[in-house]
Amino acid sequence: MADELEVIESPSGNKIIAPDYTFGTVTDQIASVVLTKQTPIAVLGTFTVALGLLMTFMLAVGLLFGKGLGIWGLRGPTMWAWDITNFVWWVGIGHAGTLISAILLLLNQQWRNSINRFAEAMTIFAVACAGMFPILHLGRPWLMYWLFPYPNTMGIEPNFRSPLVWDVFAVSTYATVSVLFWFVGLIPDLATLRDRAQNPAFKVAYGILAMGWRGSARHWAVYETASLLLAGLATPLVLSVHTVVSFDFTVGIVPGWHSTFFPPYFVAGAIYSGFAMVLALAIPLRSLYGLKGLITDKHLDNAAKVMMATGLIVGYSYIMEAFAGWYSGNVYEEAAIWNRMTGPYAVQYWILITCNVVAPNALWFKKVRSSPIILFIWSLIVLLGMWLERFVIIVASLAQDNLPSSWRVFESTRWDWATYLGTIGLFLFLFMLFIRLLPMISIFEVRTLLPQAKVDKKESL
Amino acid sequence: MSDPQKNIDPAAVRSALWARLEGARGRDYWRSLDELAATPEFQDLLEREFPRQAVGWSEDEDPVAGRRNFLKLMGASLALAGMTACTRQPDEHIMPYVRQPENLVPGRPLFFATATTLNGFANGVLVESHEGRPTKIEGNPGHPASLGAADAMSQAAVLQLYDPDRSQALAFNGEIRSWGVFTGALRDTLAQQKAKNGAGIRILTETVTSPTIASQLRTIQQSFPASKWHQWEPAGPHSARAAAQQSFGQPLNTYYDFTEANVVVSLDSDFLNSGHASLRYARQFARRRRMAEHHDTMNRLYVVEPMPTPTGTKADHRLPLRASDVEEFAWALAISLGLAEGPKTGENNDIYKWLGPIARDLQNNKGAGVVVAGEHQPPIVHSIAALMNEKLGNVGKTVFYTDPVEANPVDQLASLQDLVKDLDAGAVELLIILGGNPVFNAPVELGLGSRLKKAKLRVRLGLYDDETSAACQWQVPETHFLETWGDARAFDGTVTIQQPLIQPLYGGRSALQVLQSFTEQPEKSPYDIVKGYWSSQHTGSDFEAWWRKAVHDGLVAGSALPAKTAAVRGEALSARAGGKKLGGKLEVVFRPDPTIYDGRFANNGWLQEVPKPVTKLTWDNAVMLSPATAHRLGVQKGDMLKLTYEGRTLQAPVFIQPGHVNGSATLHLGYGRTHGGRAANGMGFNPFGLRTAKALWQDTGMDAEKVSGNHEFADTQNFHNLETPDRRHIIHKADLADFHKNAEAPHEGAETPPKGLTMYPEWKYEGHAWGMTIDLNSCTGCGACVVACQAENNIAVVGKDQVRRGRHMNWLRVDSYYQGDANDPAIYNQPVPCMQCENAPCELVCPVQATTHSSEGLNDMVYNRCVGTRYCSNNCPYKVRRFNFFLFSDFDTPSLKLARNPDVSVRSRGVMEKCTYCVQRINGAKIDAEKQDRPLHDGEIQTACQATCPSEAIVFGDINDKNSRVSKLKANERNYSLLADLNTRPRTTYLATLRNPNPEIEA
Repeated sequence: MADELEVIESPSGNKIIAPDYTFGTVTDQIASVVLTKQTPIAVLGTFTVALGLLMTFMLAVGLLFGKGLGIWGLRGPTMWAWDITNFVWWVGIGHAGTLISAILLLLNQQWRNSINRFAEAMTIFAVACAGMFPILHLGRPWLMYWLFPYPNTMGIEPNFRSPLVWDVFAVSTYATVSVLFWFVGLIPDLATLRDRAQNPAFKVAYGILAMGWRGSARHWAVYETASLLLAGLATPLVLSVHTVVSFDFTVGIVPGWHSTFFPPYFVAGAIYSGFAMVLALAIPLRSLYGLKGLITDKHLDNAAKVMMATGLIVGYSYIMEAFAGWYSGNVYEEAAIWNRMTGPYAVQYWILITCNVVAPNALWFKKVRSSPIILFIWSLIVLLGMWLERFVIIVASLAQDNLPSSWRVFESTRWDWATYLGTIGLFLFLFMLFIRLLPMISIFEVRTLLPQAKVDKKESL
Repeated sequence: MSDPQKNIDPAAVRSALWARLEGARGRDYWRSLDELAATPEFQDLLEREFPRQAVGWSEDEDPVAGRRNFLKLMGASLALAGMTACTRQPDEHIMPYVRQPENLVPGRPLFFATATTLNGFANGVLVESHEGRPTKIEGNPGHPASLGAADAMSQAAVLQLYDPDRSQALAFNGEIRSWGVFTGALRDTLAQQKAKNGAGIRILTETVTSPTIASQLRTIQQSFPASKWHQWEPAGPHSARAAAQQSFGQPLNTYYDFTEANVVVSLDSDFLNSGHASLRYARQFARRRRMAEHHDTMNRLYVVEPMPTPTGTKADHRLPLRASDVEEFAWALAISLGLAEGPKTGENNDIYKWLGPIARDLQNNKGAGVVVAGEHQPPIVHSIAALMNEKLGNVGKTVFYTDPVEANPVDQLASLQDLVKDLDAGAVELLIILGGNPVFNAPVELGLGSRLKKAKLRVRLGLYDDETSAACQWQVPETHFLETWGDARAFDGTVTIQQPLIQPLYGGRSALQVLQSFTEQPEKSPYDIVKGYWSSQHTGSDFEAWWRKAVHDGLVAGSALPAKTAAVRGEALSARAGGKKLGGKLEVVFRPDPTIYDGRFANNGWLQEVPKPVTKLTWDNAVMLSPATAHRLGVQKGDMLKLTYEGRTLQAPVFIQPGHVNGSATLHLGYGRTHGGRAANGMGFNPFGLRTAKALWQDTGMDAEKVSGNHEFADTQNFHNLETPDRRHIIHKADLADFHKNAEAPHEGAETPPKGLTMYPEWKYEGHAWGMTIDLNSCTGCGACVVACQAENNIAVVGKDQVRRGRHMNWLRVDSYYQGDANDPAIYNQPVPCMQCENAPCELVCPVQATTHSSEGLNDMVYNRCVGTRYCSNNCPYKVRRFNFFLFSDFDTPSLKLARNPDVSVRSRGVMEKCTYCVQRINGAKIDAEKQDRPLHDGEIQTACQATCPSEAIVFGDINDKNSRVSKLKANERNYSLLADLNTRPRTTYLATLRNPNPEIEA
C-alpha cells in the first residue's frame, strides 16, 4: 500500500477503466480514500455546509413539532405543497441508484461497476430524506405508526384503499431492499478495508461489518447468488415505487392529477432526476479524489445518455398531458392545464419546461456529453426542473381545482425553505460521511473489469 | 412479642390515632399506609390481631373478657381499615343543586326566550342553556321580528357574553373602587342636584324602546325637572324619523309586509339583511320565490343602490346609482307615476333608463307593490316613497304605519348637538352615559372625546372599557343582556321581556339599576324593576300568570302597536334639490358594517371572521370602489388612498367591488377602534374620522389620492366571474319565463352520470338517509348560517393573519359568483357546507380511516383517529374541509370554555374537521325518538344553519322518507347537484336560482 499514489489519468476514447490499472492499484486507490488520504478541503467545506444545513433542518423540525404545520406555507386549498414535492423529488432521485445497481447488473452492463456503490448510497440517503416527509407533513406526526397495520386494541387497520398506505409499503420495502443490497455488496470491500486498516478501532469496526468474509470460493459463490437474488428483488422496485408514488395523485380526482399515464411518466422522471444526481455527485468526486481513471468520461457519457433518453420520455409526457387535457373535452382538465401554462404558476411551469424539455436536447451533442463541467451544470438544471415539475403538479393543480371560489395562490415560508434545504444538508452530510468511511467505488467489482480478470482475455465492453 | 396479658383499650388507641391525624393538617396528612402503620399503637394492634394471640386469649385469658377484647379489637381494626381509605381530596368547591331547577336534566339543554336588541329594536331569540351556560342562540318562532330565524349579530351575542375583554371592574379613573364608593359619590351629586332641580344632570343613551327604562326616565324627569335626556345612535334610522315628521306631521313607524307584494322597489334599502325587521322581510320575500310548483309565479325586485348588498344580489333588476342620485331617481319615479311634476330626463341617463317599465309595473300591481326607502337616504326619499305607496294603494296592504316604537323619537343629531352646547356652556355637572360609544361614533366635528371632559362628573355604563370610558371618570361594567332582566320593543312595537340566562360573569350593573339609583329605592333588583313596571301596567288580577306567560313566550301577546292611517302632507314634497354634481371628485358613502355594525361588535371574533356578504372580507373595512373608478384613480386592490373630505383626511386601502357604482366610495363604519379589545384594536381604519353631522350617510366632494403603501386583505374568496357559458355549471340559473317554458332550462348543458356506471352494486341505505337542499333562489348570502354553524360546532377563530393564509375554519361558507360586466354584474350567492357525497372522494384516500361513511349516508369525521395527512381535503372537489394548522381552539381562556357546545368535540392541532350535518342534533333527536318509541318526525331535526336561515333556504331531512320536505324539494325540477359530472353523488343539493326580469326592460 502506497501513501502517494500515481494519479492515473482518464483514458481516452470509450474505455470504462484506464488501461494502466492493476488489481493492486485499483485496491490502493479506492481504499486509500478511506484509510489514508487527507480529506480534501472542498470535501471538508461541503461537509461543514451540510452540517449547517442539517442544524437548520433540526431547528425547522423542532419548530414544526412544537407549533404545528402552520409554520409552513400550506393553506386551503393547497394542503400539500413543498412537503410532498420534496418527498417525490427525493424518492425519484433514489431510483437511479437502484437502476444502476440492479437492472444494469442483470443486463450485464459492466460500466456500472465503478459507479454503483455510491449510486446505491445516494439511493439510501435520498430515500432517508424522502421518508421523513410523510412523517413531518402529518398534522399529528406522533401518531404516524397508525399508518402501519399493527394489531391494536382499537381493532382498526389502515385503509388499504388509500394510496398513502401503499406508499408506506412501497417506500419501506424499497428502503429495506436497498439497504440490504448495498450492504451485501459492501461485504467483500469491508473485508479488504479490515485487512488494510491500521487503526485498531477501524480494524475491529470493519471486521464486524465484514461478517467474517475471507474471500473463499464458497463465499464468492454465495455472494453471487445473494447479489443476483437481491438484484432481482430490487428490479421491480425501480418501477413499482414511483408508480405507487404516482398513485397518490392519479387516484385523487383533482384535475391535473387524475390521469392514467402518471406511472410511466413518474418512473421516467425519477430515473431522469436520479441520473442527474449521479452526475452531480460523480463529477466533483472524481476530480477531488483523482478517480478519473475509474469513473471515466465514458461513464459520464453513458449517464448523460440515460438522462437524455428519460428526459425525452418526460418531455413526451408533458406534451401528452397537455394533449390529453385538451382532447378530454373535460372542462376541469382543460382549465388545469391552461392554468398551469398561463396562471399564477406559469413562471414555474415554463422554467420546468425549459429545464426538462429544452435542456436535455443539448445532450444529443457529443461535445456536451464529453464536457464534465457542462454536464455538471446540466445535472443541476435537471434537478431543479424535476423539483419544479412536482411542485407544479401538486401545487398548481390544488390551487385551482373544481370550484373557483376556493382558489388561492400558495406562498412558501422560510420554514419551507429551511426544511427543504435541511434535507439537502442531511443528504450531503450522510454522503460525506459515506465517502470518508466506506469505499465509494466497489473495489472488487472494478477489479473484474481489468484485463487480468478475464479468463478468455477478450476485451470487455 | 408483646405480652398478651397487657390490657389494650382499643378505644384509647383509636382516639390516639385520631388525635394524631387531627393534628396533622395540610398535604402531609399522611404520605402512605406504611407511615400510618408505623405508629406504635397501630403496630401493637397489628401484632395482636394474629391468630396465635387469639389462641392465647382463649386459653390464657378469662374467656369472657378475652372474647370481649377480641370483639373490641375487631371493631377497632374495621374502623382503622375504613380510615385508610380516606385520602385527602384537593380543595375544590363543588356546588350541587340543593334544589335542582325545574325541568333540568343534566346533559340536556334548556331553552329560554329573550331578545337581542340592535338600535334598541328587539329581535326575539331562544337561548340554549347547558347546565346554566348559554351556548347558542336560535330565533324565537313566536316572535314577529324573528319568526324563528336569527341574524349573525344575534348569534354572536353568546361570544360577546363570554368575551374576556369585557369591562370587569368598577373603576374610577382606572382604579378599582367598591360599589359603595360609587353609589356614595352618585348620591352626593344627586343630593346637590336636587336643590337645583337637576339642572346639571344629563343622561345620554342609545335609542330606547324599553318601556321600563322609559318609565324610569320619566320618573327621573319628575324628580329632577331640569335634567335632560339625550339620545345618540350612530347608525339609527335618523332619516326615517325626520321623514315621518316631515311627511305626516307626526312621528310614525313604518313597516312592510312582503307576503302580498308582487313588485318591490328598493331605493337603496338593504331590507333583506339589515334593519329592524329584516329577518321577517327576508322570510316573506323568500316565500314569494319558493316556486314549489312549476307554474308558480315570483315577485319582482328592483334595487337601486351604490354598493352591492344582499338585497342587491337578489334583484331582478339592479341599478347601481350613487347614493346621492337615488333622490333624483325617486323624484323621477314619482314623476313617471304622475305623482309629481318635473322633467322626465336628466344628465345621468342611468337614472331614467328603466323608469317607464318600473312605473308601469307598479301601476299594474296597485296594492301589491312596495317602494322601500333606504334608512340611509335623506328624508325626502322616504317622503316620496310614502307618497308613492299611498297613491298606489299599498298602504294598509303592504305598508303599515304605527305610532313610534321608540320611547322618545327625537332628532338624535339635534339631541347630541344640544348636549354639546350645554357641555360648552359648562352646564353639565353629572353626565351619565348608558351604553353606546359616543366618543368613537359621534360626528367628528363635535370632538366629543375632549368636550365630554367639560362635564364635572362623568359616569359611563358600558360593556367594554372603551373610547368613551377613557373620557369618563367612572367606568361601570354593564351586564350583558343575557345576564340581566330588561325589556324592549320590536319593529311593530311587540314587547319582549328579556330574562337572564346566567349570573353576571363579571359583576356589573344594568342600565335599569343605574337609573334606579336616582330614585328612593336605589338597590332594587332589575327583576323587581321590570316586574314592578309591568305589574303597574297590568290590569286584572292574573298578573303572575300573565308575567310567566310573557317571559316564557318571549313576547307580550297583543303588545304590537295598532296600524294607523296617515296621509302624506302636500308640503312634504315641496323642496326638490337638484342632482349633485361630482365635479371630478368622489362621492363618499358611509354605511354600517355588515357584521360589526357601528363598531359595537368589533371585539367579537365570530363577527370579525365571518366573511362579509358580497365582499367576503374579514377583519377589515376598505374604500369600496368600482373597477372603473379604481382604474381612473390608478389604484389596485390593496393600494392605499388618502381621502380628503371637508378638510379631514384618512388613509385607507382600496377594495375593488364589482357592481359598485362609479364615482363613489363606500366606507363601512365600525373599524379603527383603539380601545375596543384584543380583536377590535388595530383592525381596519376609522371612517368616523370623516363623518360629520352634515353628511351622516353620503355626500359629494371627497378627494382621493393614491399614496404609497399596500394592504393585504384577509378575504376568503377572490372575485370570480362565471364563464359564459358556465361550463362548470356551478350556479344553475334561468329566467322565470324560460323556466315556465322549459323546466330543464336552468340545467342546460349540465350532465349527471347515470347511476349504473360503477361495477359495484348500489349501496342500499336502510333506515334514515340524511340529505339537504339549499334553495339558491331564496338565499340572500347574509352569512347568518355561517355564524350559527360556528356557534353550534365550536369552530375556532383563527385571526386575521391566518385568514390571509387561507386557514379560516368555517365549515360552511357562502360563495359569491359574478356574471357579466364587472361594473354591473349579476351576483349569485351559494352556501357550501359538506356535500356528504355518497361516493365520497375524501373517504377513499384517508390512510387511517379517519373519515368514513355512516349507514345513514353521513360522511363522518373521526377527530381522534385523524393523523392529519390532509389528503382528504386535497381530494375534496368542494373544498369544504378545514385543517387545524396550529392549536386554533382556545384551550386556556376560562370564560370561552363556558361558551362551548358540550355535544361537540373541541378540535386540537393537526386534525381535519368539517361539516357533519350537525350530527349531534341528529343523534339527540334519534335518542329522544327511541326513548319515546316513535319514529322521527320530518322537521324534528334542524341543522344549525337551517334553523337560523331567515329565508328558509336550507332544508334538511330524511330522503328515504318520500313525504319529507327535503325529498319533495329534491324532486323539484330546479334541484341539481354541484359538480354532478364528477359522480360524487352529493347529499346536499341545490335548487336553481331564477330571475324574474321585466320583459320591457330585457327587450
